[in-house]
Amino acid sequence: MSRALTFINALLIDPATSEQAFGSLTMESGFITRINGPTKGTVIDCQKACLAPGIVDLGVHIGEPGERHKESFRSASLAAASGGITSMVTFPNTLPTIDNPELLEFFINRSKESSIVRILPAAAITKNCKGKEICELGFLQDKGAVAFTNGLRCIKDLKIFLKALTYAASLELPYIGHCQDYFLSKGTSATSGSFATQMGLPSAPIESEKICLERDASLAEISGIHYHASQITTELSLETIKNLKSKGKKITAGTSIHHLIFDEKDIGNYRTFFKINPPLRSKSDKEVLLQTISDDSIDTISSFHLPQDEESKRLPYELAASGAIGLQTLLPAGLKLVQEGYLDLPKLFKKISLNPSKLVNSKCGKLAEGCPADLVIFNPNVPFVLDRFSLLSKAKNTPFDGYKLCGKVLRTFVNGIEVYNCGH
Amino acid sequence: MLNRKDLLGTADLSKEEILSVIDLAEQYSNENIKNVNNTRILKNMTQINLFFENSTRTQVSFEIAGTKLGTNIVNFPLKNSSQSKGETLLDLASTLNSMFPDILVIRHPKSGAVQLISEKVKCSVINAGDGNHEHPTQALLDAQTIRKRLGRISGLKIAICGDIAHSRVARSNIFCLKTLGNKIRVVGPKTLIPKGIENLGVEVTHNMFDGLQDIDVVMVLRLQKERMDGGFFSSEREYFHYYGLDERKMQYANPNAIIMHPGPMNRGIEIDGDLADDINRSVITKQVEVGLAIRMAVLDLLTRRHPLREKCQEH
Repeated sequence: MSRALTFINALLIDPATSEQAFGSLTMESGFITRINGPTKGTVIDCQKACLAPGIVDLGVHIGEPGERHKESFRSASLAAASGGITSMVTFPNTLPTIDNPELLEFFINRSKESSIVRILPAAAITKNCKGKEICELGFLQDKGAVAFTNGLRCIKDLKIFLKALTYAASLELPYIGHCQDYFLSKGTSATSGSFATQMGLPSAPIESEKICLERDASLAEISGIHYHASQITTELSLETIKNLKSKGKKITAGTSIHHLIFDEKDIGNYRTFFKINPPLRSKSDKEVLLQTISDDSIDTISSFHLPQDEESKRLPYELAASGAIGLQTLLPAGLKLVQEGYLDLPKLFKKISLNPSKLVNSKCGKLAEGCPADLVIFNPNVPFVLDRFSLLSKAKNTPFDGYKLCGKVLRTFVNGIEVYNCGH
Repeated sequence: MLNRKDLLGTADLSKEEILSVIDLAEQYSNENIKNVNNTRILKNMTQINLFFENSTRTQVSFEIAGTKLGTNIVNFPLKNSSQSKGETLLDLASTLNSMFPDILVIRHPKSGAVQLISEKVKCSVINAGDGNHEHPTQALLDAQTIRKRLGRISGLKIAICGDIAHSRVARSNIFCLKTLGNKIRVVGPKTLIPKGIENLGVEVTHNMFDGLQDIDVVMVLRLQKERMDGGFFSSEREYFHYYGLDERKMQYANPNAIIMHPGPMNRGIEIDGDLADDINRSVITKQVEVGLAIRMAVLDLLTRRHPLREKCQEH
């Protein structure tokens, strides 16, 4: 680990300075020690490939504990490393829920044994994510929780939610919220509109997201917590976010890569791999998200990796499980947005690396001296057609199967250690 | 001709396909009255009726249609079956596939479920209703009933009234009747009109008097209380007052307008009992009769290329 390594002839992408330029980077003992300085130690010629801070993916679902047949720390981290992801901020809605310090300790120990990338766990804010009793948030923080969340569940009882947020605020950890109103979205699997009407699918109006966001933002303001709306997927709620931000509220927002690439028409004849939560939106909502993706309204883009086995997807659409895997497709799909001109490479890495890092108070996400040597080297111009069975996740539920993408990860480093090399 | 393996909906049927079914049904309809024996047409074929949702009229109609054409019918028992033991839909589909049926008639409470099964089996699949999605044979029989009674099935003004949101009959009828060149108006309380339905090419109104203005065909839908999870309307008496079809509202339609209902009816809720029984205007019992002929036509047309039939024709 102490051995120095210098990458030369690399296109350095630094989201912190919004710059991309050819240069060199030296790392030693797990940290970046020099940018554009004299070479030191082993020299690696990147041959003009891109070198960027490793991706920090927010809201990853790992099947451990409880559903290792869907995904394990091992399989998820192998997939992550080959997708250029160096940190996974995991969600606690496992079986059982990560809602107590003992379980969190077990979770972290398992991750240390098996994961080759960093695991930054978010812990449940209420027991079993049921929205009724507050968890031991202090103990959870002491054991290593980087954020609190209620998974993909909306807390119905505002009084309890407010207490929980207020308690968490004193610990100075952020809350990651899933903005879908409980009652409006309950039992639905599509977005209200012509498509859902034609297909006869139970649907929730897009207002479900906006109403929940406004509600959560009000409570967050009273409590003083940093609220992160994990998935903003409609024009309506995007306007709400812009409005809240313009008033200086302590709020950030993210979206999922799937909502930037696909819309509800892609569901076609009930293709359940496109069933995600929140459901895919109209084409016009997607277009509005894309048009604003380069500004600062949306802070983070994540995969919301949610592995599901074939059995739970091979069901009538309404009954099928929701979720899609995304660890290996986040970067290529993000690069597609860059190629289509929606944002540049430093902006992309700001949203997939720097901003998520900042949210969970990690020092990753920058190419700067003293920062952890979590790095990804990739060639953005290698086209390929995705074959879902080539993916390393145990579950293969990706909507990108057969999709043309571009971009190849060459090497990934976590803490200065190579965790992926495409040549091996 | 139906150039397809399955009949899953009317959304992708061409005008020619729809007319071919209706024309053949016309023939069967006449033959049924004359007691013509057609049992050789689908002789030796196996038809399995797979109804995941309770049905009386549709299931019996398919059963008699199959019998009249000579199929061997198996009504797959779903109560106390492997489904209740947790077998998945696709496992059941592959089990059935191994029994070499020739036709599967399926009804399922979830939209898209019939399509899912059809992708896994080799035989022809007929959708007898999937969730809120489609019920193609109902739409076809409605089209034929209209043609029989009004002499044409294009250029008409048709109102579909009531619970559009939970109705697969409404969706199939909209697709089918639009393709045939009719103007469709949907009428109902705002809670029962699904969002974006105007993009399917229909006019929307929430007032029955406006909705029935100059209408040639009034289709009344059953209020599907079993599919509602509360809050769609206030009370049955209020619903009947504003949306139930009665003499007063019927005055706004064309004097020769006909009344249709897919059944089973809730008398005094969506339709006045006397109107339903008025043989000069109501064609509700005719619909059932035509339904049998339509299902015979669909069974016949979907299996035209079946090897068993080619053998039959050789003899």
